[in-house]
Amino acid sequence: MTNELDIFVGNTTLIDEDVYRLWLDGYSVSDAVARRVRSGILEQTGATAAVLQSDTMDHYRTFHMLERLLHAPPKLLHQLIFQIPPSRQALLIERYYAFDEAFVREVLGKKLSKGTKKDLDDISTKTGITLKSCRRQFDNFKRVFKVVEEMRGSLVDNIQQHFLLSDRLSRDYAAIVFFANNRFETGKKKLQYLSFGDFAFCAELMIQNWTLGAVDSQVDDMDVDLDKEFLQDLKELKVLVADKDLLDLHKSLVCTALRGKLSVFSEMEANFKNLSRGLVNVAAKLIHNKDVRDLFVDLIEKFVEPCRSDHWPLNDVRLFLNQYSASVHSLDGFRHQTLWDRYMGTLRGCLLRLYHD
Amino acid sequence: MPGKLKVKIVAGRHLPVMDRASDLTDAFVEVKFGNTTFKTDVYLKSLNPQWNSEWFKFEVDDEDLQDEPLQITVLDHDTYSANDAIGKVYIDIDPLLYSEAATVISGWFPIYDTIHGIRGEINVIVKVDLFNDLNRFRQSSCGVKFFCTTSIPKCYRAVIIHGFVEELVVNEDPEYQWIDRIRTPRASNEARQRLISLMSGELQRKIGLKVLEMRGNAVVGYLQCFDLEGESGLVVRAIGTACTLDKLSSPAAFLPACNSPSKEMKEIPFNEDPNPNTHSSGPSTPLKNQTYSFSPSKSYSRQSSSSDTDLSLTPKTGMGSGSAGKEGGPFKALLRQQTQSALEQRGGSPHRFCKRREFPFFTLTAFPPGFLVHVGGVVSARSVKLLDRIHNPAFVGIMGNTRSYKLLDWNSFNADEPETRDAWWAEIRQEIKSHAKALGCHAVVGYSESTSICEEVCILSASGTAAVLNPRFLQDGTVEGCLEQRLEENLPVGCGFCHIPYDELNMPFPAHLTYCYNCRKQKVPDVLFTTIDLPTDAAVVGKGCLIQARLCRLKKKAQAEANATAISNLLPFMEYEVHTQLMNKLKLKGMNALFGLRIQITVGENMLMGLASATGVYLAALPTPGGIQIAGKTPNDGSYEQHISHMQKKINDTIAKNKELYEINPPEISEEVIGSPIPEPRQRSRLLRSQSESSDEVIELDLSHGKKDAFVLEIDDTDAMEDVHSLLTDVPPPSGFYSCNTEIMPGINNWTSEIQMFTSVRVIRLSSLNLTNQALNKNFNDLCENLLKSLYFKLRSMIPCCLCHVNFTVSLPEDELIQVTVTAVAITFDKNQALQTIKTHVEKSLQRASTDNEELLQFPLELCSDSLPPHPFPPAKAVTVEKASPVAEGNFRNRSAPPCANSTVGVVKMTPLSFIPGAKITKYLGIINMFFIRETTSLREEGGVSGFLHAFIAEVFAMVRAHVAALGGNAVVSYIMKQCVFMENPNKNQAQCLINVSGDAVVFVRESDLEVISTQQPTANCQPLCTGGEVTT
Repeated sequence: MTNELDIFVGNTTLIDEDVYRLWLDGYSVSDAVARRVRSGILEQTGATAAVLQSDTMDHYRTFHMLERLLHAPPKLLHQLIFQIPPSRQALLIERYYAFDEAFVREVLGKKLSKGTKKDLDDISTKTGITLKSCRRQFDNFKRVFKVVEEMRGSLVDNIQQHFLLSDRLSRDYAAIVFFANNRFETGKKKLQYLSFGDFAFCAELMIQNWTLGAVDSQVDDMDVDLDKEFLQDLKELKVLVADKDLLDLHKSLVCTALRGKLSVFSEMEANFKNLSRGLVNVAAKLIHNKDVRDLFVDLIEKFVEPCRSDHWPLNDVRLFLNQYSASVHSLDGFRHQTLWDRYMGTLRGCLLRLYHD
Repeated sequence: MPGKLKVKIVAGRHLPVMDRASDLTDAFVEVKFGNTTFKTDVYLKSLNPQWNSEWFKFEVDDEDLQDEPLQITVLDHDTYSANDAIGKVYIDIDPLLYSEAATVISGWFPIYDTIHGIRGEINVIVKVDLFNDLNRFRQSSCGVKFFCTTSIPKCYRAVIIHGFVEELVVNEDPEYQWIDRIRTPRASNEARQRLISLMSGELQRKIGLKVLEMRGNAVVGYLQCFDLEGESGLVVRAIGTACTLDKLSSPAAFLPACNSPSKEMKEIPFNEDPNPNTHSSGPSTPLKNQTYSFSPSKSYSRQSSSSDTDLSLTPKTGMGSGSAGKEGGPFKALLRQQTQSALEQRGGSPHRFCKRREFPFFTLTAFPPGFLVHVGGVVSARSVKLLDRIHNPAFVGIMGNTRSYKLLDWNSFNADEPETRDAWWAEIRQEIKSHAKALGCHAVVGYSESTSICEEVCILSASGTAAVLNPRFLQDGTVEGCLEQRLEENLPVGCGFCHIPYDELNMPFPAHLTYCYNCRKQKVPDVLFTTIDLPTDAAVVGKGCLIQARLCRLKKKAQAEANATAISNLLPFMEYEVHTQLMNKLKLKGMNALFGLRIQITVGENMLMGLASATGVYLAALPTPGGIQIAGKTPNDGSYEQHISHMQKKINDTIAKNKELYEINPPEISEEVIGSPIPEPRQRSRLLRSQSESSDEVIELDLSHGKKDAFVLEIDDTDAMEDVHSLLTDVPPPSGFYSCNTEIMPGINNWTSEIQMFTSVRVIRLSSLNLTNQALNKNFNDLCENLLKSLYFKLRSMIPCCLCHVNFTVSLPEDELIQVTVTAVAITFDKNQALQTIKTHVEKSLQRASTDNEELLQFPLELCSDSLPPHPFPPAKAVTVEKASPVAEGNFRNRSAPPCANSTVGVVKMTPLSFIPGAKITKYLGIINMFFIRETTSLREEGGVSGFLHAFIAEVFAMVRAHVAALGGNAVVSYIMKQCVFMENPNKNQAQCLINVSGDAVVFVRESDLEVISTQQPTANCQPLCTGGEVTT
């Protein structure tokens, strides 16, 4: 006796959160059943393995049918085939678009192309996330990217509107899209200690301050591309390190203000010029796409690592960066105060976030 | 021109991509009604076209309005080749034809294609202007309301219940026309869908005419079915109960100056009985049923019709209630009513069309208070027929091998044909009627008909419950003066219907009678089987439960008559065994009555399947059922003896466990019914026994060994052993679950508002090797049990809950396949309240009351009196399905709710019940009756058979919901999936499925919403003292 056909259809579509998770995680029906058995559900409910198998199959079929709609979440809201309460719809969408930290770290900043998709095998092996799940996450990134890439208006709002994601998840996707578009390098060994959250935080600051949208909210691609004019102008900052007087003055202003307040004052004093050169050179180079990609590598090499090797406490870094940014306003010969603030304001935030073990 | 139909095509959305090059579609719409077609403009390059068309106007006869569906076809315009069809929408405009129902149909309809399924949606507005010309000779029956609900619909009152209406229409099945060989599957499917839609419309119109003739204005319990007879055609048939209904305008109209609902209920018999008693009645002469004969209409003169039944092929079996429990009893009862006879002569005995009024049948299963006087027991009849072309002379020309097909006007060519089918049914009905008569009853309630077809053999079945009814509701003069003697008697509430209607001295079958345990005045049988719902005022002990008997019998493959004979020979044995199984299981549950009994016999190529479902109950009025005793044949064998006693112990344990599970503690209260002259207990029991012993020869049939009331199973062979084993294998549902196949679960009355209707389908393939009856039985039993287990598992989040109206359908699509389809609704209830079982029965029945009057009464009364019991559905408990579990919410990574709130799709509830817990139905919008075909030639790609059917059923639900929403409704009640015919051919990667569903579209209002309005009043007027400050702040 074998079950040829076995289905259950409810007027309100039944969604089992646990099975949904297993499905999203890319487990096959038999793996999912095995996992459910291990969770002790049979003992709790007195069901048999056959019942569990049938139930899992039903849910998988439902999810499979829903998947097409989940690719365009507004469709899920307006479709008539599955009657799903709004809170459940939201849950389905949110979970479908959720991603694994380990996975996102692998593809963050990479081009969302077929080439990368081919690497998913390796990523799957490396992260232990099933290939199926990797594909879903990758396709989600790509789908969101394609839809919002050339749209005007706020990136986060666009994502939220077209994919009906929560605020938090929309922001994460904004970061992913922003990174993918600018192809920031995040995979280097020295960047491994950084979490997706660190990058997302930086992305948000950059979107707010460094993109076209920061100055003009009515242009295409406003939140996705960096403001080219701004990057061009950043060359002007070079004077801060090229002009020796200015550099000395800057240093003395910072040292005076911080004397006695830093535990690593002498190290700071010794390193000031190096650090300042590093930060300003990063700015000056951003006009080149390649250097934009290496932004995070440069920040780590030029600033985070030197400070870390001198064991600067985070609070000292904060005091230093604040003073370093603020003191420029007292440099009479320096004319690019606004530019400096636009650059340094964001960079300070980023550096503080990036400065940890 | 009595009607103008107006249609406007507004827009489309989510259309499929029809042009691969542009990834877009150039869509336009054809609107067709009758022979008139209109087209919209082509809306270029869009998947969301905005046609916003003018109003297309069709001027049509109301006859056409009733018969024809509005057909909307969405197409993709193609300049160079033929336009591609995207899909179709059929809209039944019947609901627009009567007042009080919907006035406009407007909304998004799924665009359906029989090959691709749903492909986008279309927004349509439909209106009808009817011109009144009531005087002319009418072919139409606009204005007659149809209800699938098998009780008087809420918000209506039955003025007169006229009785049975039936009709059938026949046509050739387009699938079997020669043209089907050259046309596409799509065209063939669409032809079928359209034909069935037309036939349903015609059938409904004809039934409507009959109702008008009877001066009724509505059909309640309307059940329409179709029989796919293959080559011999397609039959659409319907039965229903004609009524004159009054719309309840305001609850006040129903308050005949009484103060409490319970009082009102008791008063009904006194107040409304026009003729006070003149007969004397007492325990000695309890019944006078024989003195009246039921002759519903003067035209009734078909006494000879009973001879028709003798000609029929089959054993028709009548099942009595009563002591069918005694071993040997049921079988004898069966044999007595069985008529074995030779094959019906082909083309012989021309049956005349029987007048419908001949049959005092009612398709209702629940009744207004006081309507049902007595219940006799289940009556059923079956007949095996050969679907033979010779019976259909009109077909010979086209069905013969020459196949000279011409497009026939089916209205004309089938004019002669339905009579064969009509005669078949008339015969069966006659049989039912005579069974009812034998039980001393003049009417049959809870009546239904069904068929099972395999190749050219067809089993026709009908069953119902013999009953004595109160003539007050029937048409004037129909059953004159037959019932007064019952009414004046001050029958205690809750037991009257159990009292036997037949003559004690002349019983139709051996029964073990006792005095009613409730009133002590009338005789009651020891067991009662019925096809109706439990009457709301019935006194019940504990809870009910679903009881199923399952049975398979192998049968040799045979052709035509030999096959029919083989089936006929098997049927009585199956009936007997099903009955015995039911009885055993009932005893095992410690219960004494079955409600909602439905026995389905399905015929296949090489086997017969029997599935009986019912809801077991302990009726307080009936005696406590005795246990089951096992008796062995070889009492000398020691180990055998030991085995027997072991089994006996197991059975006793199970009974005890079940009694506890279903809370069956026969109340001592009933022993002390105040005011009734009961003898001292011990004396009484002796009295009862002596009476029954001395009464008549029936006792001779009784078994003499063992306890008098014990039920003895003799284990004389392995078969019997199997039976006992199978008794014990039925697993009770997990704790927190109850199940029943009736409208309401006896013993549970505090429903909360969460409901989940579902359909589950399972097909198993039997290993063709070594098929024995036992193996087959086990497979079938496992199939059903596993299915139930799966349901319990799936719905575990709803605990505590009850599966109501569990409806199993069995079919045998192929040699080794068994298909079981289950539709039911899970309803949550409040456990805490459930524990309060110390309520009086009257209160219980009131709370449970799903009949209109009490419900309406209860509400206004509560406003001014706080001494009444708490409202059955306190607002705090009104948890909707939409509530998200806190876990779900907690899992979001952010507190801010995602912007999903702007959903435009309204929730439409579906339920097989006639009510929605925690809500009040305010309007009936019309009947939903839909038929769909889905076919695929890429079965594997669509996820195999399961994927295919899963998607299709989901689509059917969606289309039902969309139609209800377009009518302005928010629920379907009395929903039923009447047919789910699934055929597959995995080798060809093909499958086809036909589904027929129906129900009543309604508008409901949550009682909690109603309360919001009402609570303001009591706080202001009636309860100024109680926590007034809290409420007002």
